[in-house]
Amino acid sequence: MRTRTVLYSMVGVCAAAIPLTGIYPVFVMQLLCFAIFACSFNLLLGFGGMLSFGHAAFFGAAAYATGWLVTERHWGPGAAIAGGMLVAAALGAAVGGLAIRRRGIYLAMVTLALAQLVYFVCLEAPFTGGENGLQGVVRGRLFGLLPLQSDVVMYYLVLCLFVAVLGAIWRIVHSPFGRVLAAIRENEQRAISLGYDINRYKLLAFVLSTALAGLGGAVKTLVLGFATLSDVSQSTSGEVILMTLLGGIGTFLGPVLGAGIVVTLQEYLSELVGGWVTVVIGAIFVACVLSFRRGIVGTIARLAGGGSRR
Amino acid sequence: MAEVFGIPVGVILGQLMLGLVNGAFYAMLSLGLAVIFGLMGVVNFAHGAFYALGSFAALIGMQRLGIGYWPGLVLAPLAVGLLGMLIERLWLRRLQGLEPLYGLLLTFGVALLVEGCLQQAFGSSGQSYPVPDLLQGALNLGFMFLPRYRAWVVVASLVVCFGTWYLIERTRLGATLRAARENAPLLQSFGVDVPLLLTLTYGGGVALAALAGVLAAPVILVTPQMGGSLVTVVFAVVVIGGMGSILGAIVSGLALGLIEGLTKVVYPEASNIVVFVIMALVLLVRPAGLFGRE
Repeated sequence: MRTRTVLYSMVGVCAAAIPLTGIYPVFVMQLLCFAIFACSFNLLLGFGGMLSFGHAAFFGAAAYATGWLVTERHWGPGAAIAGGMLVAAALGAAVGGLAIRRRGIYLAMVTLALAQLVYFVCLEAPFTGGENGLQGVVRGRLFGLLPLQSDVVMYYLVLCLFVAVLGAIWRIVHSPFGRVLAAIRENEQRAISLGYDINRYKLLAFVLSTALAGLGGAVKTLVLGFATLSDVSQSTSGEVILMTLLGGIGTFLGPVLGAGIVVTLQEYLSELVGGWVTVVIGAIFVACVLSFRRGIVGTIARLAGGGSRR
Repeated sequence: MAEVFGIPVGVILGQLMLGLVNGAFYAMLSLGLAVIFGLMGVVNFAHGAFYALGSFAALIGMQRLGIGYWPGLVLAPLAVGLLGMLIERLWLRRLQGLEPLYGLLLTFGVALLVEGCLQQAFGSSGQSYPVPDLLQGALNLGFMFLPRYRAWVVVASLVVCFGTWYLIERTRLGATLRAARENAPLLQSFGVDVPLLLTLTYGGGVALAALAGVLAAPVILVTPQMGGSLVTVVFAVVVIGGMGSILGAIVSGLALGLIEGLTKVVYPEASNIVVFVIMALVLLVRPAGLFGRE
């Protein structure tokens, strides 16, 4: 337990010191946004046992909503982020309400199809800028005070939000609600016979997860200054699955690590392998599913835990 | 000419005819998905990629080896089916007994692999495949000129669909396949090679996707991405029909093609999303799908 505390504080210090190191802060912020996104996805899959194959719909919907609120309605960044999250959560309630009517593999297909619906709406709706997306979203001042135009200030805001999301997920997973959710994941029939209204729990998990995914998307829009169709696309849904799978489904920090690896790969892979990026990503997918299903953090936890578990 | 709600009947019939052609492709693709899922319990995300691969196999055969349309119609699905069998043997087999979502994730990775390779080999710009000489020209239906090739697509896919349905639901081979799904160890103890059956099933389902790809090649632009967008629609079709039902896949594929065609006349903006909206409605009313049992 002590080594873990030391490890966390070291990571914390490193994260806080990043603006001093000369690493491009926008890249790190983007990475953190995707880490938030991956953690939200993992909350649903790893802790709730529901595979959403269209999670980008919520990420992207919030990205567009925040961008629209800032550019068209001139909202401040705080309100715009909250607005984006609200849109994502509302969409999550609608999609989740339909999707939880089916289980497992069907749920994945339903979310995939509904996310495609969202994609087409974003493509054709007047407020999303179509193929061009929403450009020139200014960061503004947080609550009229903090000037977010500065990358350093923005970075600390994103870092705070990221830590808050980790804390929130920790709270959710270890709350009575989280326990019931785990029970439903392990044995749905038994949870029903114990008297739990499982659909309410599943729907709440869906809404919480999509709201957090929305937070990732909303902040990403402010960081980069634009929202595009790629935010709602199927390939983004695939990426978030890969991040979680690679880091470790159902582990607490796996998605963060997975997001770090995938975002870094995307940044540098195209220089290394040219057009083969899709093939490499596909190969990682196949390799993970075949022989690395625990993911990086899951494997480390198993090795560190030794024979203590089962 | 007569009108319905201010739209000429000819236009409606024309769009319905085109919708029927699309529906024929939906039916063939969702049929393959239903066969693979019904007999193996695997949701084959790579279905769209194999569909694209079928088109490209026919195209390469024609350009490099001089193989014409008719031999290509047999050879391309055969080649893609063999590749599918290889993937089943090497990869999919190892996921047996695990949660079905791993099969979905694996085939998603396969789809990326196939599409990425096609992209590298042929670029993203589309290529066209010539309509075979025998099927040049158009039929005069009175309200529209239907290209002969499109009529052939509808007929061919209906024959293939009902042939597959007959094979699985009405023959001894089909009964064995269904038994393999029901109780594999028991069937094995009767001396049936169940692993071989599963390999053949996956190969067969994938070959159906490739056959749809060859049939589609002359009427669409052949691109590496052609399957990716289609597979989502086909998934929705399968959810509407009910996943394990073969007849359901065929009927809802054709019906949704028609509905999509009709939407293009009435409210063109919604034609991309109408299938998904119907899926949402079906989930509300009948979660197991129109033909599904649960």
